[in-house]
Parts: sequence; structure tokens; C-alpha cells
Amino acid sequence: MSLAEASALPPEEPSRALVFWRRYRRNKAAVLGLFLLGVIVLLALTAGLYEPVDPLRRAGEPLIWPFQDWATPLGTDQLGRDILAGIFHGARISLMIGVVATLISIAIGVVIGAIAGYFGGWVDDVLMRVTEAFQTVPNFVLLLTLVAILGSSIENIVLAIGIVSWTAPARLARAEFMSLRRREFIEAVRNLGVGDMAIIFKEILPNALPPVVVYASVIMALAILLESALAFLGLGDPNYASWGNMIGQGRSVLRVEWFVAAIPGIAIVLTVLSFSLLGEGLNEALNPRQKKG
Amino acid sequence: MPILIYALRRALQAVPVIILIMIGAFLLLKLAPGDTVDALVGDMGGADAQFIARLRAEYGLDQPIWVQLWRYMIKFLQFDFGWSFVYEQPVSVVLMERIGTTLMLMAASLFFAFTFGVGLGAIAARKAYSTTDNVISTLGLVFYATPSFFLSLMMIVVFSVKLGWLPVGGIKTVAGFYTGWKHVWDVALHLVMPTAALSLIYLAFYLRLMRASVLEVAELDYVRTARAKGAGEARLMFHHIMRNALLPVITLLGLQFSTLLGGSVVVESVFSLPGLGSLAYQSVVQRDLNTLMGIIFMSSVVVVAVNFLTDLLYARLDSRIELA
Repeated sequence: MSLAEASALPPEEPSRALVFWRRYRRNKAAVLGLFLLGVIVLLALTAGLYEPVDPLRRAGEPLIWPFQDWATPLGTDQLGRDILAGIFHGARISLMIGVVATLISIAIGVVIGAIAGYFGGWVDDVLMRVTEAFQTVPNFVLLLTLVAILGSSIENIVLAIGIVSWTAPARLARAEFMSLRRREFIEAVRNLGVGDMAIIFKEILPNALPPVVVYASVIMALAILLESALAFLGLGDPNYASWGNMIGQGRSVLRVEWFVAAIPGIAIVLTVLSFSLLGEGLNEALNPRQKKG
Repeated sequence: MPILIYALRRALQAVPVIILIMIGAFLLLKLAPGDTVDALVGDMGGADAQFIARLRAEYGLDQPIWVQLWRYMIKFLQFDFGWSFVYEQPVSVVLMERIGTTLMLMAASLFFAFTFGVGLGAIAARKAYSTTDNVISTLGLVFYATPSFFLSLMMIVVFSVKLGWLPVGGIKTVAGFYTGWKHVWDVALHLVMPTAALSLIYLAFYLRLMRASVLEVAELDYVRTARAKGAGEARLMFHHIMRNALLPVITLLGLQFSTLLGGSVVVESVFSLPGLGSLAYQSVVQRDLNTLMGIIFMSSVVVVAVNFLTDLLYARLDSRIELA
């Protein structure tokens, strides 16, 4: 792509990104989702500025209620840890786990779905039975088992979340590959003598990816929920501040100081909500025909 | 009897899935550090090497891996999951004691989520883009984003601590010794919050799907025909639209069941209900892998059975499906 070619395009046509944004903007809830996500990303990025040392350190008297002491604006838990610092650093952990686990699950899912959908026949049968087996085992139980066997360091948790959530992207990718593999442009490439692997990854994959990418927001939300549930049960990595872990700790002082559990809980709800709204907005903007009324 | 043949074929399709799950469970056990004999010896407080070797031979752990896998699968099919070193009982006995509570919780949650999800979804679709619809849809989004453990804790704060209406946990009042209907009422009271906590996410799922489904079906030609013939709005909704709009929701009912079962781990642990979910959690904490594999197998069998039933129900409801 050279400069000359670019200037040859008709200049009036708005860029694809702009068209996309105009469509996305029509859904007010989706804009709210994007805003919420922006705030959470900002929290994650500035976590080091608010609490540069360690969010798990003692910051004041234990169990100060929110809005009482401006050194700890959202109060402290029973060990005197600053809840706001936990919220900041928890955003970092939640987003990190969400993003990496989603990438792992999509990578596994796309490869399996691509091979199943492209080759069909017995390969498809075998891979789909494996997918069904993974869908049959309750995924939280499988997650617990993997964490019990692998150990609960943060790397293993991310890997385990990826392993239990690849089935949906695999089915999506399979459906896309099945419909694309008989198209003319693929036949043309095949007649040129391009190998199967090159066809799968260079020719079909870029066309099959958009629905999988839209679905990524759902996986992201589920991954964050899975991690927080794991941390809530005390099976997370104890070396990191995690919202789920904060709620689990807050459970022991629930009767009176319920804010210790409530504040990180609200953070999780807003984060998951932002991803669902975002996913819905993306879906509507990419498939405008689906919207009714 | 085409429906019988269909049922048989669906049942046969589940066989490879169950076999794969057994192989998976076996591989996971092999992957974990330590085996049955290590656990036994640890339980006894140590033993000499010769005795350990004899124990290994006795348990078949010296055999080639294929033979071990074969024996493991045969045992699983007889619902023999080995010995739980934590409960000092066969795993199958421990599971059988617990499965009733979980099935009760599942049934209550599914019923609640399905009834209210479908009802609210239909109402929202009927009044699409009105205030009622906006309120219902927003509630659905919030329910969907709320983790069940957080919801559980907040309900405990409100309904147990502040209002004192509902018990904090357990399946029955320990010191109550209730019998008959009093016992039933007592258990029902203990199940209110766990059911609500577990079902709200699924209620949100069904609500959203039902709303979209009703909106779609309501625009079909046959509905217009029915309206033109003079069918009233209520009859149109219940007789014409709902029946077809329910189909995708029923598919989801089967698909979501395994996730629901997974969710019971957290909810049962929070409310200390003696079910499979809290057992799974305790098994992880105590590293009781035999019990964990038993739970995986049992819950998979339950999921397969539920999927089978929803498929049959689906085939019964939608006569367009070809059974052959």
C-alpha cells in the first residue's frame, strides 16, 4: 500500500472506524459500558500512583467505615488494609486475568474449531465429542480440580480459566469455517496449490475472526467472574489483591461491617456489566440487521 | 415408535462423551502428584519400601497405563469411585448422601429461573421499548453481572442479619427435630436464599432470550394470520407466540445446566448446604482427589441425563424436528 494508492481513494468516504463508531454510539447503554470500562482501565493504570508500595499493607486502624478518614476514603478491612487501594490493584488483576485467560481460551477454541470445521468428517466428530465432554463437566468444578492439581499461582489460575472456557469460541469458529471452506476464493487458493495449514490460518481465519472477537467480551466477563469466585473461596493466589479475595475476607465481618464485602462486590458487578454492555454494542454495530424495531 | 428410536440414538451419542470424561478424569489423577498408595501410606504414617511395592501391585498401579485406564473405567461404570481418605468411606457412599440436596437446589433454581425468566421476558417483549421493558431489561443486565457469592452475602446481610426473616445457612434447623410438614417448611425456608442466589443469573439469561425470541416470533406471518382471524391478544400470546418462542429457551435450559451445577459449588459453600458443590470445595481444600473425580463423573451423568430429557421435550414440543 503506497501513498499514491491511498490518495486515489475517494476522499469523501468516512473511515470504517468512524462509521463503526457512529453505529456504536446509537446504543446509549453500550456507550455507558465503554465509559465504565474506561474508568476501570484507568483504575488499573493508576493503581501504582495511588498505592505504590503494597495494597496488602496496613494503612490505618482496622474497620474504619467509608468516608470517615480521608487517608482511607473507602474505609479499611479487619486487618487495617485500605479498601480503595484494593479496588485500584484489584482492577489490575481482574483485567489482566480477563485478558490473558480470554486470549488463551480463544487460541485453543479457534484452533480446535478451525480444524474441526475445515476438515470435517471423523476429525470433526472426534473434536466435537471432546468439546461436548468439556461442556458436560461443570466448568467451575473442572476449574477447582485443575487448580487443586496445578496449584494456585496466578499463572496456573489464568491457564485453568482458559482451559475451562474454550468451548464456545470453538463452536463459533467451527461454524464459520464450515461455511467459509466451500467458498470460491478458498477453492481458488487451493487450486493454486496452497497447503491446508496456510489456507486455515492465512485465508479463512481472518474472515472467521470477527464473531469470535465480539464473543470475547462475554468470555472476558465470565473469566473475571470465575477468578473472583475462586478467590472468594480462598483458592486464589494470596500474593495479589483480588476483588474476590477481598469479598471472601469481608465475609467474616459481614454482620456489622458489611461494607468490606460490598465495595469490591460492586466493583465486580460494574466491571462485568461494562463487558456485557460493550459486547452487546459491538454486536449491534457489526450486525445492524439483527436489531429490530 | 419414532420417538423411542430417537431417544435411543440420543442416548448412544452420549456414550463417547461419558467415556471421554472418564479418560479425562483418569489423566487428571495421573497428572496429580502422588497416587492412592501414597495417600494410604501417608494415612498409616509411613511404611517400608517392600510393603509399598506390594500395595502398588495389589492396587494394580504396577500395570501398564492402558490396563489401569481400562480397570478405572470398569470401576467407574459400576459407580465405584474408590475410597475417600478424608471421609473414611467409599466415595460413592459420600456422594449418595449429598446428591439429594444438590438436586433439590437445582430443581428449585431451574424452576424459579425458568418461570420468572420466561414470564418477565414475555412481558418485556409485549411492551417492547416502554418503561416496563426498560426496567425489566436493566434488572436483567444487573442480575447477569452479579456474582452469586456476592448476591448471597448481601442477601444474608439484609434478610438474616437486619430483618431476621431467613436462616443464615444449613439445610435445616439442627436443634429443631421437626417432622412432617414442619420439616418441609423448615427446609424450604433454608433453601430460599440459595435458590435466589443461584437462579438470578439464569433468570437473566432466560429473560433476555425469551424477550428476543418473542419479538422475533411476533413478526411471523402465522401470527398476523391469527390476529387477522380475530384471536384476542391473550390467546395470541399464550396459544400462538409463546409455544414457538419457548423453543430456544428450552435448548438453553439443557445447555446451561452444567454451568448451574458448577455455580452450586459457591452457593452451597456460602450457605453451608451439605450438597455435591460444597463437597467439591472441601475435596479441593483437603486434596481428596478420588472424591473430586467421583463428583466430576456424577455431575456429568446428571448433565447428560438433563440434556437427554430436554432433547426429548424439545422433540415433543417442536413437531418440525425430524425424529428419524
